[in-house]
Amino acid sequence: MSDARSLTDIKRDLATGVRQMRTRYPTSRSAIMPALELAQQKYGQLEGLTYQAVSELLDVPEIWVFEVASFYSLFDRAQTGLHHLRLCTNLSCMLRGSDALMQHLQDRLAIKSGETTSDGSFTLTAVECLGACEMAPALMVDARYHGDLTTDKLDGLLASLAGRPAKEAT
Amino acid sequence: MSELMLLKNIDNPDASRIETYEKSGGYQGLRTVLRDYDPDQVIETVKSSNLRGRGGAGFPTGLKWSFVPKDNPLPRYLCCNADEGEPGTFKDRILMERDPHQLIEGMVIAAYAIGCKTAYLYIRGEYDVSIEHCQQAIDEAHALGYLGQNILNSGHSLDIHIHKGAGAYICGEETALLESIEGKRGQPKLKPPFPAVAGLYECPTVVNNVETLACLPHLFRRGEDWFSSIGPKDAPGPKLFGLSGHVRKPGLYELPMGMPLGEMLEEYGGGALNGAFKAAIPGGVSAPMFPSDLFDVKMDFGSLAAAGSMLGSAAVIGLDETASIPVVARRITEFFNHESCGKCTPCREGLTWAAKILRRIEAGQGQVGDVEQLEMLCGGIFGKSFCALGDGAAWALGATIKHFRHEFDALIAPQTMVS
Repeated sequence: MSDARSLTDIKRDLATGVRQMRTRYPTSRSAIMPALELAQQKYGQLEGLTYQAVSELLDVPEIWVFEVASFYSLFDRAQTGLHHLRLCTNLSCMLRGSDALMQHLQDRLAIKSGETTSDGSFTLTAVECLGACEMAPALMVDARYHGDLTTDKLDGLLASLAGRPAKEAT
Repeated sequence: MSELMLLKNIDNPDASRIETYEKSGGYQGLRTVLRDYDPDQVIETVKSSNLRGRGGAGFPTGLKWSFVPKDNPLPRYLCCNADEGEPGTFKDRILMERDPHQLIEGMVIAAYAIGCKTAYLYIRGEYDVSIEHCQQAIDEAHALGYLGQNILNSGHSLDIHIHKGAGAYICGEETALLESIEGKRGQPKLKPPFPAVAGLYECPTVVNNVETLACLPHLFRRGEDWFSSIGPKDAPGPKLFGLSGHVRKPGLYELPMGMPLGEMLEEYGGGALNGAFKAAIPGGVSAPMFPSDLFDVKMDFGSLAAAGSMLGSAAVIGLDETASIPVVARRITEFFNHESCGKCTPCREGLTWAAKILRRIEAGQGQVGDVEQLEMLCGGIFGKSFCALGDGAAWALGATIKHFRHEFDALIAPQTMVS
């Protein structure tokens, strides 16, 4: 489905938002990050023609756009699941059992960290510190944080997310 | 126990709204500044208050502002560093989520002091609620004339734009943060020139942390005497400490600096989760750890520096007797290795090797000489890169070996018997 989106479509979808972002900065280049963020919010991930669309809308070289997209870990350059589970595995969470939670999630979803379930429901990623150490172990589901996790809580969370689109769940 | 200031409204569910903030004295500091101070007097007051940066380096805030050249005709920028990513740290998130107007008011005061008309608030992309609440606070402040054109009829104008990060620890480093706002990869630049002289878009720029800026409204509302009465002379003012890891009561605590580490962990952290503490990290994972027999160290800039560590982001991570120090060292090193931007060879290559060695030690496949190899790598990384990421990594790893060498040796010992 996403392959069918034409350059014209993408540019039309993003034009107003990108123009608005552009006004916040003295240079076009500064608006690349917010433009990519906008594209990802709209389409779920960044796709081939998005880079060209952003480059044309901002009148900057496409390589500048790709440089940014490939540096920052929150930009998804491949299709992700309906829900993205980002489990913090850094020190404060590790000390409170995030390794066991990661194992549990991998077993339950039958995928490894970095993979997406075959039905496209969930992507699972081990991430660095989320800045939620007071509620460790913590997990980011789509855009929202969940803390003080246990395996039971995770199971409840997975059940509540199943089949619901990301926007509705957050 | 002193009066709460930064966290005084934190449990009020309406704390993020401007009406609540105004009721508790909010924007009074800004009114005082715009009425009674010229910009230089603001800088002088912040200098003499001895407010030191709360982001990690503890640099005196007023001094940093005074480096902005007076005769430079280019625009000046203020950037707030809310790219909180030092493992163990969550203080800025809680400030922005629960009581964001302290930060907005602080930014208006700082911008007035340095003559800035456009400010950027760089918030890490994961902090969705912070972004939402700060944007709401900006909009509310605009509506009531605390932001925008001719603020409170002072002639001073300011717009604040949120720049959303996208997942890169290195962007908490100030030159990388500025690169990121310019729309580039977040890779640090060699200093000098310092941002105060040539920062964002090559213009004079001040970069301050969220908590630092949030102190300003209180400083100007309550006065310097009140500010200096909190904590030790060389580290005054309200301070947030984030307790996490193996403590019974993890959370954010507002305490004067200078309290002994052990007291903080016991009195506020509620003691160790299992048995007794083995060690603690005083200021985020870049800060070298202390074994429990050194827990009388005082939690302020000078005392921690003298003891070979740093206050950093004041993120205190407790490690109890169930923690394996080589595993902790491996996890911290993997983090730095993952977040190294790759620009400087010692950091990029050194950390890759250190992480490999630590993984094999943990897996029981360590070799004689591995610990010495790690020490050599630490020496090869420290002080040899553009920014402090590699320094922090080498420093933190070095401390684990210095204090807990026996734990590394115990994991390697079985192999030495075979070979």
